[in-house]
Amino acid sequence: MTTNVQIDSQRRITKNRSKSFVLGFRSLVRSKLGLPGLVIVLISCLTAIFAPVIAPHDPAQINTAHMFLPPAWMDGGMKEYLLGTDNLGRDVFSRVIYGTRISLIVGIMAVVVSGAIGLFLGLIAGYYGGFIDNALMRIVDAFLAIPNILFMLVILGVLGPSLLTLIIVLGVTNWIIYARMIRGEVLSIKERDYVIASRSIGTKNLQIIFKHVLPNVFSSFIVISTLSVATTIILEASLSFLGLGVQPPTVSWGGMLSEGRNHLATSWWIATFPGIAITMTVLGIIFMGDWLRDLLDPRS
Amino acid sequence: MTIVGKPLDHPLLEVKGLKMAFDVTEKRFSKERHYLKAVDGVDFFVRRGETLGIVGESGCGKSTTGKLIMQLMEPTEGSIIFDGIDLRSLSNEEMRKKRKDLQMIFQDPYSSLNPRMRVFDIIAEPLISHRVAKGRELYDQVLELMDVVGLNKAHAYRFPHEFSGGQRQRIGIARALALKPKLIVCDEPVSALDVSIQSQVLNLLVKLQREYNLTYIFIAHGLPAVKHISDRIAVMYLGRIVEIGNKEQLFSNTKHPYTEGLLSAVPIPDPEMRDKKNRIILKGDMPSPVTPPSGCTFRTRCMYATEKCSEVVPPLTEQESGHFVACHYPLDTKKQQGVTQYV
Repeated sequence: MTTNVQIDSQRRITKNRSKSFVLGFRSLVRSKLGLPGLVIVLISCLTAIFAPVIAPHDPAQINTAHMFLPPAWMDGGMKEYLLGTDNLGRDVFSRVIYGTRISLIVGIMAVVVSGAIGLFLGLIAGYYGGFIDNALMRIVDAFLAIPNILFMLVILGVLGPSLLTLIIVLGVTNWIIYARMIRGEVLSIKERDYVIASRSIGTKNLQIIFKHVLPNVFSSFIVISTLSVATTIILEASLSFLGLGVQPPTVSWGGMLSEGRNHLATSWWIATFPGIAITMTVLGIIFMGDWLRDLLDPRS
Repeated sequence: MTIVGKPLDHPLLEVKGLKMAFDVTEKRFSKERHYLKAVDGVDFFVRRGETLGIVGESGCGKSTTGKLIMQLMEPTEGSIIFDGIDLRSLSNEEMRKKRKDLQMIFQDPYSSLNPRMRVFDIIAEPLISHRVAKGRELYDQVLELMDVVGLNKAHAYRFPHEFSGGQRQRIGIARALALKPKLIVCDEPVSALDVSIQSQVLNLLVKLQREYNLTYIFIAHGLPAVKHISDRIAVMYLGRIVEIGNKEQLFSNTKHPYTEGLLSAVPIPDPEMRDKKNRIILKGDMPSPVTPPSGCTFRTRCMYATEKCSEVVPPLTEQESGHFVACHYPLDTKKQQGVTQYV
């Protein structure tokens, strides 16, 4: 009898999985913007991974013979430099492709760092309340009172700009968003009947957090995280633009913008293409976030 | 207040002078504080193996009493002695272990089950939390529990939303039963269900009580629901017990006007009997528990109220063996047959 049930239940689990996959696909089609978003994000990821294969030139290769070449379709453009070259004769197309790596790495890693900190602190503050909650929320208030960019500039100035410090700085300044959001959700979830039931059963607090609270805040956490990858990419670009991002010869979109700014009047392509790349990637991520929000909402 | 009807044997649960007041002061810095006295001095006991029904209108403090017994809230005053131990004196960890003997069935079968957990995991949770079973043994025990409460074992890996209200309440019952507790607090377990399902669930509870020698505290807002299942019944009004006694005493020899009103509110399915019945309709609403009336709290709605009722709080006094009433003028009735017969 029991083995029968086991087989039956396993079959049912797999059935459920395929059902949820179908549901996910259907909502992807229905959300209209979800599909383009997902495609853009996938393209960005693939570009980042296969950058050396796709890029026709070494992004750091300086070539004084081909400075300020316009894109290939314009007068004076060369076929091998699809999007033209910059002030040092480097291929803009290859640089945009390599820039994807930095943007995505910084965007995702910073979100992982800040998300982990925020999730942990938000769960603890929301669930235990009392002194811990008060203390944490006052720290959050203090952080909110400091202008973000200024804070990051100071820290980057002290630690010195590098990929790692950039990730740390972005992560440390952004955990507040998560902590506040998660805390709010936890406050409402911990008053739900199933959490009270779990307490009345005699489940330990830690287990309640992992079994009941975490799974129920996780969907909003995922949505906020995706959206904040987008804002982080923009922040990274801003910092690089200010010269405190990743340092040359590593390519980043923000850095390209800041270099291209000086030549905007004569060679617009140097700054424009990384700008378009930033906008497209961020838009794609935001669209995907919207779709995820619909998908993970249990009411839909 | 005195301990009401001290039983001869050692009771499973004894509640003494239980009080719960919530601070509802609106102005944060005002010196005068307002308290909502949800439970205002409640004493009772529950014998092993019996069912105590607690009845009252919404807002009378019956659910709060249940939560206080379960230690889901910290009472302002009073003691809860369970199996000879004052639960309030236990540390958090000791209390957590004690919960093995003390389980609860919730009112709303929709919100009391985690929507993201499968039935198997929901029923297994108490067994895992107290490390009673694991692996193969856990699996067998959970499936057996499902069988006991009348759930199809093949549905073990479904989610709660795939079940009807009655089935969900069975899941809740299986969860409460998993640890073979001594006492189960049932907080209006059937009031969210269809009438046709209610009796099924009640019968299940009765059957389980017999099989596992359970003790119930059964909270409900109407007398008919508790009549079926209770041995003794306590009627609560504005945070106090106004009448408590054996089921028979309470129904055939009603002493408190409020109980009389509650009994009279029970619909009678026979139109002829309905016309004969002397209906007592309670006037008005329950007063606010923040500013309860002086003296007897029921006097504002009582047709027998006098001067004395507004001045002196009526103590809970024994009218006949084990039958206690908090009223200055307890009804002297060999009740009109029409009222009790059809309840």
